[in-house]
Amino acid sequence: MMNYSVAVDRLHVERGGREVVRGVSFGVEPGTVTGLLGPSGCGKSTLMRSVVGVQIIRAGRVTVLGHDAGTRAVRGRVGYATQDPAIYPDLTVAEALRYFADIVRAPASDVSRVIGEVGLRDHADALIGRLSGGQHSRANLAVALLGDPEVLVLDEPTVGLDPVLRDELWELFTRLAAAGTTLLVSSHVMDEAARCHRLLLMRDGALLASDTPQRLRERTGESDLERAFLRLIQEVTT
Amino acid sequence: MNPVLALSTARRILTQLRHDRRTVAMLLLMPSILMVLLRYVFNSEAAFDRFGPALLGIFPFVMMFLVTSITTLRERTTATLERLMALPMGKLDLLAGYAVAFGALALVQVSIVTAVSLTWLGLDLAGSVWMLFLIAVLDAVLGMALGLFVSAFARTEFQAIQFMPVVVMPQLLLCGLFVPRDEMAVLLTWLSNVLPLSYAVDAITAVTGTATVQAGLLRDIGVVAGFVLLALALGAATLRRRTP
Repeated sequence: MMNYSVAVDRLHVERGGREVVRGVSFGVEPGTVTGLLGPSGCGKSTLMRSVVGVQIIRAGRVTVLGHDAGTRAVRGRVGYATQDPAIYPDLTVAEALRYFADIVRAPASDVSRVIGEVGLRDHADALIGRLSGGQHSRANLAVALLGDPEVLVLDEPTVGLDPVLRDELWELFTRLAAAGTTLLVSSHVMDEAARCHRLLLMRDGALLASDTPQRLRERTGESDLERAFLRLIQEVTT
Repeated sequence: MNPVLALSTARRILTQLRHDRRTVAMLLLMPSILMVLLRYVFNSEAAFDRFGPALLGIFPFVMMFLVTSITTLRERTTATLERLMALPMGKLDLLAGYAVAFGALALVQVSIVTAVSLTWLGLDLAGSVWMLFLIAVLDAVLGMALGLFVSAFARTEFQAIQFMPVVVMPQLLLCGLFVPRDEMAVLLTWLSNVLPLSYAVDAITAVTGTATVQAGLLRDIGVVAGFVLLALALGAATLRRRTP
């Protein structure tokens, strides 16, 4: 497990008296994009919260860059974007990013860099609360990119975006991984899954599979990942 | 404790307020307007001299309580707090940032209402105006810390507003504004003895009433400062890095 950027070992999480993550283990190799797929409510977000270290867990261990998740040693080295934007609606994009840049000790030039990366250059001085849904979530994503974190945990970063933007963001993710960043990205869009190095298929709080897209296709004999996912569910439930 | 993070936070909060001009205008002008109103409701300088000073301490307390409880509740419900807690942001840095931002705002607020009271309304200030500012800012920070603390127990802004009658009103009734504290029933005097606003009002009354700094005044200021630290500690305890 020593070489993984993110290592999750027999993780159990309870929320509201229900076990939403049930004994999940996996490792994420450095410099790769790992896709976390599964229907809404399957425990993806809870798993990501655990990796970032803001989730109270019942059992198991989550290690990020060799340290326990959420401890002081890794807090500034992990970029995190929640599914619902967590960014001040009463600030402009540039103002909000400048604040978060201060916190992660990113250089001032980082603000305009990440604004460009998420395609918000024309809206840098717009109030976040007045942005459209897609722009809002891109502003939220931009916060996670500040300071070039070694690990990026992105919860549904492309939801509600038009195909061109989605494609651009996935190119960015691939580029970041090639430069050594480790990405854990959740999605429920299967064509995004094909662009990941590795896929984690989650259902009902448990991992159904952890494999490369290619091997998942081979294993299930399906060329389409959506159908491969269905086949895996059938295998488990029958 | 990292002063850079505290100052960044203070700047962020003040920038948020800058985008909300109506709130700023109300925060800065309402105490003065109420003070003018009070002066002419009494229509007697003697009565105004008795009530006016206490209000100089009470306004920043009440307003900062309200503003902070809503601001921090928003920070909690929009998950920006969770994001900050996942970053290298210390709880004390965040609290200090709030204290600096709202303390500065309180200073401006108090300056305006004091200037209006001393010039136009003819309020007599026997003691030092700096001491008056110090106490008023301390009151503001006290209101801020209590607001931050109670915001942990509200799920909606509607609920947060309801904490005002719970936390502020009893202190207002018992602080000696309406009836001197030692003339109340014993039980009520005791109760007023454990509430911070009583000491804040005692201190501000002492500053406006006498020119010399007496031991009682310093003790009152010390007590209010103690309550501020206690409320900040309670507030810090409600900021959690991990949540269920």
